[in-house]
Amino acid sequence: MSGELTPTHSPQGAASFIEQVKQAQPALAPVAHPWLACFRAEGMERFAKAGLPTTRNEAWKFTNLRGLDKLSLSPAPDAKSVPVDAIPTALEAAGPRLVFIGGQFRADLSRIQGLPDGVLLDALSAQMEADPQGLADRMEGLLARFPGADHPMRSLNAAFLADGVLLHVPAGVKLAQPVELVFLAPAGVAAAWHPRLVVVVEDGAEATIVEHHAGQPGAAYLSNIAADVAVGKGARLHHYKIQREGTDAFHIATLNTHLADASTYDTFVLNLGARLARHEARQVLGGEKIEARVSGAYAIGGDQVSDITTLIDHAKPNCTSREVVKGVIDGKARGVFQGKIIVRPDAQKTDGYQLNRALLLSETSEINSKPELEIYADDVKCSHGATAGELDEDQMFYLRARGVPRDMARVMLIGAFLDEAMDEIIDEQVRAYFRAAAAAWMGTERA
Amino acid sequence: MSLIEIKNLHASVDGKAILKGVDLTINAGEVHAIMGPNGAGKSTLSYVLAGREGYEITEGSVTFDGQDLLALEVEERAAAGLFLAFQYPVEIPGVTNATFLKEALNAIRKTRGESPLDAMQFLKLIRAKAKDLSMTDEMIKRAVNVGFSGGEKKRNEALQMAVLQPKLAILDETDSGLDIDALKIVAEGVNKLRSPERGMLVITHYQRLLDYIVPDVVHVLANGRIQKTGGKELALELEAKGYAEFGISDAAA
Ligand SMILES: Nc1ncnc2c1ncn2[C@@H]1O[C@H](COP(=O)(O)OP(=O)(O)O)[C@@H](O)[C@H]1O
Ligand SMILES: [Mg+2]
Repeated sequence: MSGELTPTHSPQGAASFIEQVKQAQPALAPVAHPWLACFRAEGMERFAKAGLPTTRNEAWKFTNLRGLDKLSLSPAPDAKSVPVDAIPTALEAAGPRLVFIGGQFRADLSRIQGLPDGVLLDALSAQMEADPQGLADRMEGLLARFPGADHPMRSLNAAFLADGVLLHVPAGVKLAQPVELVFLAPAGVAAAWHPRLVVVVEDGAEATIVEHHAGQPGAAYLSNIAADVAVGKGARLHHYKIQREGTDAFHIATLNTHLADASTYDTFVLNLGARLARHEARQVLGGEKIEARVSGAYAIGGDQVSDITTLIDHAKPNCTSREVVKGVIDGKARGVFQGKIIVRPDAQKTDGYQLNRALLLSETSEINSKPELEIYADDVKCSHGATAGELDEDQMFYLRARGVPRDMARVMLIGAFLDEAMDEIIDEQVRAYFRAAAAAWMGTERA
Repeated sequence: MSLIEIKNLHASVDGKAILKGVDLTINAGEVHAIMGPNGAGKSTLSYVLAGREGYEITEGSVTFDGQDLLALEVEERAAAGLFLAFQYPVEIPGVTNATFLKEALNAIRKTRGESPLDAMQFLKLIRAKAKDLSMTDEMIKRAVNVGFSGGEKKRNEALQMAVLQPKLAILDETDSGLDIDALKIVAEGVNKLRSPERGMLVITHYQRLLDYIVPDVVHVLANGRIQKTGGKELALELEAKGYAEFGISDAAA
């Protein structure tokens, strides 16, 4: 059950990786705006100081980035021109979407038109040209909401700031259709990209974001995403993500979300792909009467690692948070769940619920689960539970005794297990799409 | 040809012998009852026939509809027409009764070379069968046996049997945990399935169930063997005398 406590790399390796990072950075298109240029330079500086996280770092003790320092850090060549045959969508009707290949925006594959007045949805690369000051202001405003949120992978992301998404929904505006953000890896390309998501949903506004991350096996690439999100007073944001990177890829996403009074945040991540995926989400409940739903699921096999690390930070009274994370682990794969809930002294009447369950399908599969409650207020209701188990033999026998073949019985029981998490997804279309994706995983996994 | 022929069946659990030479033959159209004290091996016999893991067959054979039953996988036995109504039906959260039964029925139909029923056809079928057992639509949509009372669980077993139309139905203590009204409903459901092509093996500890499902043959199972075989009057005799005659001081009533 315990992670290996070996460092991810030798000190020489660390130095040479930082050297590589420094060499790769000038390959980026130069950025003229002083704040943005400084943001990159400071990112580089902070990363050079910190290096890649190692398992000696408490927050990374279960997730070893060994192998990441061997990756090529150059940007994907030809990303602007490679043909793309299928772009995933969770929706029946075509809605707004931004498509990125190898982290680079593809206007030819994207749809930005048809949004309500005042809504800004664009690629960061385009905004860096069109309105760098507006972008810098928004980024600066967001960063100010997360003091002390230094993170080596965010620093690395900042050092390579080149593209990503800007979504700004003005006060009171409700987006009727979800916005899809599609990040695809070009086939067979070993490269790295660092998309940044800048999302501001102002007071009383409402939006739904569906992130798709996908790639093919056979290419060792790194997708290192950083997101900064602000949800205004009484606003609602549904933020879903499905991760199906190629099984030789590293996927690291670090999200900071700030929630204001009476806002609702409904987020769900489904991890199916990547050799190593870490989804690290910090939610700051910075107002009263907030409802935060922070859930996820994963289904992995082979040598995969899926890490879901969350922080739910209750700063003010009368807020609710709910977190259900469930995973199915086959082969020699390993699941990691680190779920920390902080209830600060001022956050009386907090209602926090956390559930983490893992289904181990093989003798060699593993789960590292670390729930953590830090409660500094006295009038709170917080519960958490963590379990790990195997498929129930009595249930298997019962299904088979009625004629359901063994493989189908497994699929039914695994599906039922994951559904308890999937049911947390409020958007019906997205829920159905995520369920189907998990079912497809079972179809290939049991072969 | 007999429907099922059990010959000298020995089975053990964790090295402990439980069945010690069971001989039993059931022909199509017959209803047999097995009565016996607690711990006699009644459930063990039904699990061994259904193919549950954890039992070692040390001796003997079972021929079902011309096939070597013991060589078949659990689901193959179901597809061949064997059905076990569980003494303790299993709860399966997250899987609805309807989905479960549709998958089961279509899997069985597939091995028989029949085309699968679509959602509409299946719904029509299950609704009709559920009505016979006074089961509501809501119970069909619920997760398998989750939140069901003891009686509802047994009715659900009878529903599955009615949908799957097995050749041989084994009912393991279907009467346990039932009040008299529920017992009557379930027995009526079972009686509806009696037919010249179908055999039944009704396992019970008490004679009461056999007032409603009247058997052609009654066997007494004790100490892992069939100790006595007779007509339906044997059940009444056991009711009066208990199992003392078989070396067990377990009152039957
Ligand atoms: N899984 C098991 N492990 C050990 N002993 C068992 C197991 N299942 C049944 N037995 C034993 O086998 C005997 C027969 O049990 P069972 O078949 O359930 O009897 P019945 O159904 O007639 O009451 C009992 O002594 C019981 O304790
Ligand atoms: Mg029993």
